[in-house]
Amino acid sequence: MFDYNFHWRPVLKSLPDLLEASLVTLQVAVLSMIIGIIIGLFLSIIKLKAKGPLQWFASCWIELARNTPALFQLFFFGFGLGALGIHLTPFFIVLAGLTFNNAGYLAENFRGGFNAVPETQMKAARSLGMNLWQAYTRILVPQVLKIVYYPMTNQFVWAVLMSSLGMLVGFRELSGETQFFASKTYRIFEYFAAAAIIYYLMVKLILFVSRVLATRLFRY
Amino acid sequence: MIKIQELQKYFGQLHVLRGIDLQVEKGEVLSVIGASGSGKSTLLYCINGLEQIQGGTITVDGVKVHDKGTDLNNLRQSMGMVFQQWNSFPHLTAIENVALAPRIVKKKTKSEAIEIAKNQLVHVGLEDKLNVYPSELSGGQQQRLAIARALAMDPQYMLFDEATSALDPELVGEVLETMRLLAEEGMTMICVTHEMGFARDVSDRVAFFHDGIIEEIDTAKNIFENPKSELTKKFLSKVR
Repeated sequence: MFDYNFHWRPVLKSLPDLLEASLVTLQVAVLSMIIGIIIGLFLSIIKLKAKGPLQWFASCWIELARNTPALFQLFFFGFGLGALGIHLTPFFIVLAGLTFNNAGYLAENFRGGFNAVPETQMKAARSLGMNLWQAYTRILVPQVLKIVYYPMTNQFVWAVLMSSLGMLVGFRELSGETQFFASKTYRIFEYFAAAAIIYYLMVKLILFVSRVLATRLFRY
Repeated sequence: MIKIQELQKYFGQLHVLRGIDLQVEKGEVLSVIGASGSGKSTLLYCINGLEQIQGGTITVDGVKVHDKGTDLNNLRQSMGMVFQQWNSFPHLTAIENVALAPRIVKKKTKSEAIEIAKNQLVHVGLEDKLNVYPSELSGGQQQRLAIARALAMDPQYMLFDEATSALDPELVGEVLETMRLLAEEGMTMICVTHEMGFARDVSDRVAFFHDGIIEEIDTAKNIFENPKSELTKKFLSKVR
């Protein structure tokens, strides 16, 4: 039918390396989510409550993260900072880029979440003598996290897939590793097909785990 | 003792409280009645420091609520507040709702806090709902939960902001019963309420609010049987 002979043997041989690289992918995605959630929470609260330069800063962050290509954001932390003499390792370039992006997107989700929690919850918490920090961490944020749980899962999936951009700044996550083997063996289609399957399975796993986790976390 | 002098409160251009003078002694039950929008609830929010004021003073046990140096988080522990929309914390079980503030604000140990919470839930008749989430409770039960939660901080005063207004009619009784019980136990209470029966039977004094001022304040007996102000008479004739 078409003039191409598939050769899967080299892919199978380097499968352990690909799986190891997919752990790197997961690692950077998870880290960027954890830090991104924390920063995103602060950004959304600042955008909702603060005034002046602080609010301006949060707005800029959110605008840039949401309205420029993720690849450019990665390049900024790689080549952009590099031009200023700050050289991050590929891992930190990707981590910083993804975190920047996650925080911006999540901040908007969280903002919606905070708006969905009745204002009187804060009043009730404060009336019991809780300080602002306690009211946020014990009362508001747990409710917000439930409201935005599924959008947050989406962002996690997105982070896993976005991390493939790391290939372009020399990061050996799953795509980088795939690229490395593909150019060594010229079995480009086979390698990227295998990598796609691994990505697919990773995302499915994440969705499954997050659904199970939801039933444990949110019993109310 | 709660002492309010010359209290002024604006919401933007709107002059909500226009010179309130009021004194509530320990052990007293004061009901605040009046039409919606007369500033009754705002008064409670001001006493608790949840709202800023634009003039006058409010002192609670000698501490000025709106002074810059006042530790509001500390002061609020002496004033339990119950809201119209009960505001139970939906992500916590009944016992967690009540135990949380004693634990993180009063720094009690976990077991102490649980013990306090259990006692208060028994107190308001929710002993069989300890591990239930608020979504599984009726409005009346949620409001009693809110009362238990406030009581768990061992307050000197209880402020009730139309605690029964948002309830289905058949659930009002159980909440009023709990409030009556508290009054009998000698709790100092300020109750903003539309329940005239409660105001008449339970309170020592009743204040009638009209348009941001206290139009008339007297013993419950005098207000209901022998009101002096024409506005009070008119209001009472409408609600009865």
